[in-house]
Amino acid sequence: MKERIDDYNTRRTHLKDMSDTELRSYFLKLSEQMMEPLLDLAYTHTSKSIERSVLLRMGFSSIEAKVIVNILDDYDLLRKGSGHCVYVLSKNKNISILEAGQLIQNGEATEYLLEHFKIYE
Amino acid sequence: MNKLLPNEKLDIREILKDIENYHPKRRGWIWREISPQTIGEFTYQQASPGLKNFVALPSARGLKNIDPQPDAVITTEIASGRFEDDIRRMRMAAYHGADHIMVIRTAGQSHIDGLLEGTPQGIGGIPITRKQLRAQRKALDIIEEEVGRPINYHSYVSGVAGPEIAVLFTEEGVNGAHQDPQYNILYRNINAVRSFVDAAESKKIMAYAEMAQIDGAHNANATARDAWKVMPELLVQHIINSKFSEKVGIKKENICLSTVPPAASPTPDIKLNLPYAVAVREFLSDYKMRAQMNTKYMDSSTREATVTHVLNLLISRLTSADIQSTITPDEGRNVPWHIYNIEALDTAKQAMIGMDDLLSMVGLKDEGYLQDKKREIQERSVLMMEEIIEMGGYFKAVEAGMFVDSGEYPARNGDGISRDINGGIGAGTVIDRDKDYLAPVTAHYGYNNVEQYNKKYANDPSKLINGCTFEKPEMIKFIDELDETDNVYLRLDKTEKYRSGGLLKPEVEWLGDGTVVVDLFFATNERVAEAAALETGRKMNLTNVEVIHKEVLHPSEGSRIQIKGTFNFDIEIDKLVLPKVIDIHSEDEILEYIKKNPIKVVAGTAGNDEHSVGIREVLDIKHGGVEKYGIKYEYLGTSVPIEKFIDAAIETKSNVIMMSTIISHDTIHYKSMKKLHNYAVEKGVRDSLILIAGGTQVTPEIARKNNMDQGFGRGTKGIQIASFIMDKHRKMRKK
Repeated sequence: MKERIDDYNTRRTHLKDMSDTELRSYFLKLSEQMMEPLLDLAYTHTSKSIERSVLLRMGFSSIEAKVIVNILDDYDLLRKGSGHCVYVLSKNKNISILEAGQLIQNGEATEYLLEHFKIYE
Repeated sequence: MNKLLPNEKLDIREILKDIENYHPKRRGWIWREISPQTIGEFTYQQASPGLKNFVALPSARGLKNIDPQPDAVITTEIASGRFEDDIRRMRMAAYHGADHIMVIRTAGQSHIDGLLEGTPQGIGGIPITRKQLRAQRKALDIIEEEVGRPINYHSYVSGVAGPEIAVLFTEEGVNGAHQDPQYNILYRNINAVRSFVDAAESKKIMAYAEMAQIDGAHNANATARDAWKVMPELLVQHIINSKFSEKVGIKKENICLSTVPPAASPTPDIKLNLPYAVAVREFLSDYKMRAQMNTKYMDSSTREATVTHVLNLLISRLTSADIQSTITPDEGRNVPWHIYNIEALDTAKQAMIGMDDLLSMVGLKDEGYLQDKKREIQERSVLMMEEIIEMGGYFKAVEAGMFVDSGEYPARNGDGISRDINGGIGAGTVIDRDKDYLAPVTAHYGYNNVEQYNKKYANDPSKLINGCTFEKPEMIKFIDELDETDNVYLRLDKTEKYRSGGLLKPEVEWLGDGTVVVDLFFATNERVAEAAALETGRKMNLTNVEVIHKEVLHPSEGSRIQIKGTFNFDIEIDKLVLPKVIDIHSEDEILEYIKKNPIKVVAGTAGNDEHSVGIREVLDIKHGGVEKYGIKYEYLGTSVPIEKFIDAAIETKSNVIMMSTIISHDTIHYKSMKKLHNYAVEKGVRDSLILIAGGTQVTPEIARKNNMDQGFGRGTKGIQIASFIMDKHRKMRKK
């Protein structure tokens, strides 16, 4: 930011007459206003780390999670959810969650997933 | 290994055995049970229950070894690079009152995209891995039983792998974590968007595990040029992280503000810090306060750091602290050493107990400077938030360099940290979730279309896969060592001789590291003294000699230099000559003997010595002194001339002289012993008298060499002296 001198006394005019309680309420209100867009952003987005964290919770090791997420990311499948991809494979092919993950790691599931999620359409 | 006795060492190999199958006993943060405690004749108001096993403060020796525990959870940070050595330090810390143990991560871990595995050695911290966490948590599960108080284990959920680390922490029973996206952005240059997206997931997971969360605002005061000018911004940083956490679902009582008194003496410390402390506690009263100590102005003087930290503790007691963190006084010169973790813990315990219930006697003024200044800081922070919103929100403000500017807001110096919204590590890596996005796991934040598969599981997504690792720990995949050349077993093998080979070597952080400190004074200027100190170290056969601290006492009259170096010899325990332990008889046996053979003592402190606490302790019945066993005594008082001891013994027909000496300057205490003996000989009574000397600086062997029948050093109990008197008396009678 550009250098500027301390103009606190002019800026504070509208705060001066607030009671301590009013000032605190205003502080908290401003904070809600500031944080809302950030919460929305997080609500609608994911990341590779989030997706790896999902796979860890599904019982994969950190090494497996990393490989699976990298492959799914290469094929733009993370927007469906890494756990979703594993879940769909497991459910539709009637195999365990860990076996489904292994299929993705072997590169044997991407075609199926792209088809299933109609990713090219 | 399930239970430990104080006289048993913790076996690291035993901890590592079967580690792949270990699961922690519990999840979640535990506060102390705060309630008034009566210990002996004292009642403490801001206190919590005592420990089963502990090491009390040094001065407690004169106070029946009481070890009152304050109300706040007390933190220590332990991370030497070798987690196995840190486990030993954690046990020592728990005995000194720590119930929050933080592990700093190895340099650069926050930039690693994923989890580390195995047990490699760290630099400036520990590589946080599943195996390392599990081993330390397993050890702490045992240690908390030993001390009788839950221990909160803590590390960092930040960097570009935050959500994975949060999962790992939940699975491995970590109870608290630093989590603050602002830290990523400002100090680690990790992309701002990515940091907030990841933070929401991390926080959701931490909320599930009921971890206490600590923010990263204190870094602003450590970074800003004039730390006290950043106060308005600190309030803004605190509320950004706290409000975000609260909205994601962390309970308010688990959201902790990392608040540091920004200034340190020689600024007018309290005058600057107290209004700020009041401002932050008032504005953010919904949350908990983690009072951290100041590091900003720390130099290499451990004494100076300790005084700064005691002033910080005064602020805690004048306001509040739910968690009282400690900074080791050596942090200005190295990664903390064992002894300084313990010193810092003792400083916090001593000061907090010493200032118990302070606010029932003194109060903060509700008008004048304190309130005006507090209000000003608060208004400045509100103005800053207004401007952030006006600029278009948080990201825009970060881009503009609004944060960590050295001007006190609204003044700006144009030197704030600026981060491009499209820049930094991990830029452009967040992904829009599609309408059918799904994550079939517990504690997932944000949009999650579970309904597409099963409407009933909307609030319980992991039911889709019959539960995840959070409900079924047996699903967790354990990875052991990945590096055959860098792991705990190799390190243990190298130091095994200090574990089972009967060898000892001095150490400061790693088993047998050989590091020693020598404190030197030279009657010359600082520059010459420094060179002389290094040469002294080398002549003492130390290697790797380095100056770690210097202080000018006078520009030409003298300088103090502390050096550290490596001592390169092993000490064989078997070949050590240990001082003989004095046999102790049972109370009844002594009472019986004294009844049949009445014994009388004359006692006092010798020469020009006014210290009488020690001698009273071993004399009076009240303190378990020799009187308790039927021995009568004549107390001559303090500063007793040597001759008077003998004359009084003759006059009162006493059998024993107990001479106390504290002053040891120029070995005056040993000289007094010789004089006492000689005078007894001169008077012809030496053979009929038992001469005993005692004091904190008395070594029994040297006392005997100086013609005493026995010497008693630090920590002596009345029963030891009474037992000695009884044996000696018996022998003399036989003669």
